[in-house]
Amino acid sequence: MTKLTPVLSAHWDEKDSFTIEAYTRHGGYAAAKKALAMDPDAVIQLVKDSGLRGRGGAGFPTGMKWGFIPQGDDKDHYLVVNADESEPGTCKDMPLLMANPHVLIEGCIIACHAIRAKHAFIYIRGEVTHIVRRLNQAIEDAYKAGHLGKGIDVVLHVGAGAYICGEETALLDSLEGFRGQPRLRPPFPAIAGLYARPTVVNNVESISSVPAIIANGAEWYQAMGTEKSKGATLYSLSGHVNNPGQFEAPLGITLREILELSGGIRTGHTLKFWTPGGSSTPIFTSEHLDVPLDYEGVSAAGSMLGTKALQIFDETTCVVRAVLRWTEFYKHESCGKCTPCREGTWWLVQLLRDLEDGKGTEADLAKLLDLCDNILGRSFCALGDGATSPITSSIKYFRDEYIAHITNGGCPFDPVASTLFVGAGA
Amino acid sequence: MTTEVVDMITVVIDGFEVNVPKGTLVIRAAEQLGIQIPRFCDHPLLDPVGACRQCLVDIEINGRAFPKPQASCTIPVEPGMIVKTQLTSPVAEKAQRGVMELLLINHPLDCPVCDKGGECPLQNQAMSNGQGETRFEGVKRTFQKPINISSQVLLDRERCVLCARCTRFSEQIASDPFITLNERGALQQVGIYENKPFESYFSGNAVQICPVGALTGASYRFRARPFDLVSTPSACEHCASGCDMRTDVRRGKTLRRLAGDDASVNEEWNCDKGRWAFKYVTAIDRLTTPLVRNASGELVAASWPEALAAAAKGLKSAKAAVLVGGRATYEDAYGYSKFARVALGTNDIDFRSRLSSNEEREFLAAHVVGSTTRYTDIDRADHVLLVGFEPEEESPIVFLRLNKQVRKRALKVTAIATKLSIGVEKLNGEFVKVAPGQEAAAISSQSLTGKSVILVGERAAESAGVLSAVAALANSSSAKIAWIPRRAGERGALEAGAIGNLLPGGRPVADAAARVDIAAVWGADSLPTENGKNSNEIYAAVNAGEIGALLVGGVDPLDGDNSQSALAALEKAFVVSLEIAPSAVTQRADVVLPVAAITEKSGSFLNWEGRARSFDAAVADSLNRSDLRILSMIAEEIGASVNLATVTSAIKEIASLGKWDGARVAMNKVSATSQPAVSGDQFILTSWRRLLDMGTLQKGEDNLAGTSRKTVAVISPKRAQALGVADGDQLKISTPLGYVNLSALVEDIHDDAIWAPRNSRGSQLLINLGVAHGAVVTVVKA
Repeated sequence: MTKLTPVLSAHWDEKDSFTIEAYTRHGGYAAAKKALAMDPDAVIQLVKDSGLRGRGGAGFPTGMKWGFIPQGDDKDHYLVVNADESEPGTCKDMPLLMANPHVLIEGCIIACHAIRAKHAFIYIRGEVTHIVRRLNQAIEDAYKAGHLGKGIDVVLHVGAGAYICGEETALLDSLEGFRGQPRLRPPFPAIAGLYARPTVVNNVESISSVPAIIANGAEWYQAMGTEKSKGATLYSLSGHVNNPGQFEAPLGITLREILELSGGIRTGHTLKFWTPGGSSTPIFTSEHLDVPLDYEGVSAAGSMLGTKALQIFDETTCVVRAVLRWTEFYKHESCGKCTPCREGTWWLVQLLRDLEDGKGTEADLAKLLDLCDNILGRSFCALGDGATSPITSSIKYFRDEYIAHITNGGCPFDPVASTLFVGAGA
Repeated sequence: MTTEVVDMITVVIDGFEVNVPKGTLVIRAAEQLGIQIPRFCDHPLLDPVGACRQCLVDIEINGRAFPKPQASCTIPVEPGMIVKTQLTSPVAEKAQRGVMELLLINHPLDCPVCDKGGECPLQNQAMSNGQGETRFEGVKRTFQKPINISSQVLLDRERCVLCARCTRFSEQIASDPFITLNERGALQQVGIYENKPFESYFSGNAVQICPVGALTGASYRFRARPFDLVSTPSACEHCASGCDMRTDVRRGKTLRRLAGDDASVNEEWNCDKGRWAFKYVTAIDRLTTPLVRNASGELVAASWPEALAAAAKGLKSAKAAVLVGGRATYEDAYGYSKFARVALGTNDIDFRSRLSSNEEREFLAAHVVGSTTRYTDIDRADHVLLVGFEPEEESPIVFLRLNKQVRKRALKVTAIATKLSIGVEKLNGEFVKVAPGQEAAAISSQSLTGKSVILVGERAAESAGVLSAVAALANSSSAKIAWIPRRAGERGALEAGAIGNLLPGGRPVADAAARVDIAAVWGADSLPTENGKNSNEIYAAVNAGEIGALLVGGVDPLDGDNSQSALAALEKAFVVSLEIAPSAVTQRADVVLPVAAITEKSGSFLNWEGRARSFDAAVADSLNRSDLRILSMIAEEIGASVNLATVTSAIKEIASLGKWDGARVAMNKVSATSQPAVSGDQFILTSWRRLLDMGTLQKGEDNLAGTSRKTVAVISPKRAQALGVADGDQLKISTPLGYVNLSALVEDIHDDAIWAPRNSRGSQLLINLGVAHGAVVTVVKA
């Protein structure tokens, strides 16, 4: 039985966990001091050795990404932290920043040192005002304490609320003051990123994982996780469960184990479907309860680990309805740059609405799948691909339920049954 | 010429090998094989964007296949690349069909009323790469339509496929980023900034490259169907850039003009004046019959034989001179040049119907005629010096070429001028600020190399010593000189010898061997030997009674700073006027002969490079005759042989002259005049003509005029403070002749100077003030 391994979340239950005092009390900023005394290349090697992979969804080895930055090129380098957490279901970075913003700042110092950058930019979504305030306070405290401002500066940039700005090149455009739309690659950010300078773009959790790796060593980190997915990570459990929240565990833990550790599915109900990594990852069902939740395991089972956002839906949920909601999100958030995503999501929503309303036909189902085929892999960035995942995967596992909407002339579910307030006299 | 070594790469596309230069995009390598991959956002002159996804193809490199189809407009060829387009890959074919279907779901089915219908890339490619039936049964996105993004460009947003060609053109080519994409998803749309319309001199190109009917020109909208138009390749008559054009005519009337493709000159662009100023041909009251002044002094309609006889008689009976405007075609100018020498026996001829000087005439003979500086010299230059020349206003394609090099390789541009212009700012140019008239010293202090180019405008003639300084700088540095006049015909007229010191082909009048060359071809016993008078001297000679007759073609006497003298001379002399419409000249003429407008005849212009820009008659059935033909007829009446009945005969004769390989006319150095002292309310006036202004050829184009720049008078912050003037306050600029009231704009200009547009609404300086550059004017807050 896998156990929880709180590292990032070790002290979240302390009242003052977000303060610099609490962070220092638990040994905070010692890793930065250690790293600054090391050769930058040694820091990169250590992170490479640890096996840390990007926690933003794609799982690219972090140390390798740092190693792409050309050295001795007499150019400014930048570290950009992607804190534009916007995917439906994804909710790890915001709680992390709420509870322990200093671990990110310390991670920034180490990463900047490693890639020879003087500036780190944290791009945070604009809706989370309370976290913006907390992070601003933490940055101010870090300056006061002398951790920042001595060769490394951190700037917090607040986005204006666009999902696309979580895409790294759109984020860079937005950070530069342009509309957030993905850039053509190459050139990749490592060569020409922010202001056309070599830039590393990392997720909040990736950078926050670095101080512990520096402090405890690569071997300590490697000891956790599976063969190719090392370390521990935050699994965000939400939906029809008794005890939603963040569960930090080694990579490779299964949903069955997490549910057991956390208190299980909403009492009296059974698991129907779930996402392993947010709404853009193909859904799983109860047959996937024992899939190891690491990069390879989830991929082998036909989905993606993504952001480890485990959204749990029990048998009261209409899958068509859930998928429509997600699709409406993608239509709303499509940046408009490329045809398949822009026009495709516009059309998908209309088809799904008709299906949910019982106005669809079986031919529409075929059309829907063909449309997804014309969007997946044809779009400019991954947004369009992600928009098709819930649709194709839900038809794969729940085709009968789509058909039921058609034969029933509407949705066979009582929408109230899936709500949290069911039975509360509503 | 050095040939650049280019690495070549061989790739296989649909089973065929093609060898293309390194860096070639897959989509263009396919074109080499005749394989047309459908596309919308792709444009060979814009940076790749990969937005529309229409050009998806399957690609593998050395056996490794991309997991999904790739946009062929963004991927350069690589060794070992195998490409399968829609022709050989079912995956690519389906991907393209899928994207096409998606592009059409929100596109209105209004092709029957859309201007683009019949020449629409979306329509065409929907037929070639799409499917006949849509599977979309939902609700289309709609917008209010159309919206004006300027007075001349309309936007139908629901037709837009969001390819971003227009916005990329405006940003990357014109450096006028006045339109952008805004909103997102399917509601993304092209838009302008608040209260900032799309007032770019190049906005028409955005309309032309729009692959759907989303952007339309206000003056063409709903006027015609493309398949009802007869298209003729033509050349632009508006300036010396030399744009290749296409003129579209329906039933004898020009309905629109488009930029033509000529990679060596205008690439695929032109300016809005060239595109949208053509109605003058029909907007003005054209002269239709010859007119002869009768015994009671009235101009009355006459038959051609009657008029030709009267013209011949008048020109023969007194010493005569020739004035030909800068807009004559090369062949017509040659006709005037030959006519002056053969029929009138004089070298008194001048094409410079503007401010000019004898220093300029010598400069043209010594450094310009026959010169071969080209656009490619700008492409390769290490440094470009602008003297008396505002490229954006006075030769817009030169501006675009400079801008391209500035963007591509940070070409260094230096402008010697009194005021920093918008155009020079866009070129990121170095601004060497001088007082009007004091340019020469600044030129002399420039250091150039043999790879540098000096672009000299016609306004360089307005300050004494400038052209002498340019010549000296070019001699000492081996930099190339390019003389860029505003008018389309001036270089041709220079080469044709329509000037007092030169015969055709740059042959000096004063050179006996040169005269023999020409006399032999012309079959003349001898040619006049003395250098002729310039236009100011000709007017003065008429007023002094030394010249009694004038042959005038396409001249506006108000274009100079001697308009009083010019008008008096025209009143006094026997005047034969060749014109398309009534003018200040025809009013005073004794014989008026109507001639063909540019669209009604064939011919050519020599652009500033000296490159021939030939065109055919766009309106096929015009009965109007060219100047050349009429000059031949008058000559016959006089009893001389000009014998150029057709443009072809002129072209043949010019070709038979060959090039002059003798010595050039030497240039006498002229020194700058000293700077007048100004104080208090005195300023030195400077000005230039804006691209869009009160020019005769822009008559009747209200939509175009709507995008002209605001008429302002520019003064420096220091002088503004002294006058107590802020932006927007009225300034009264006066000379003994008159005054103008203009809105003040405080900008980067020499403290001694005030700038105003030379010929804009409310600011026609030569008419209102009688001066345009270098003169002291009085300025007070109005």
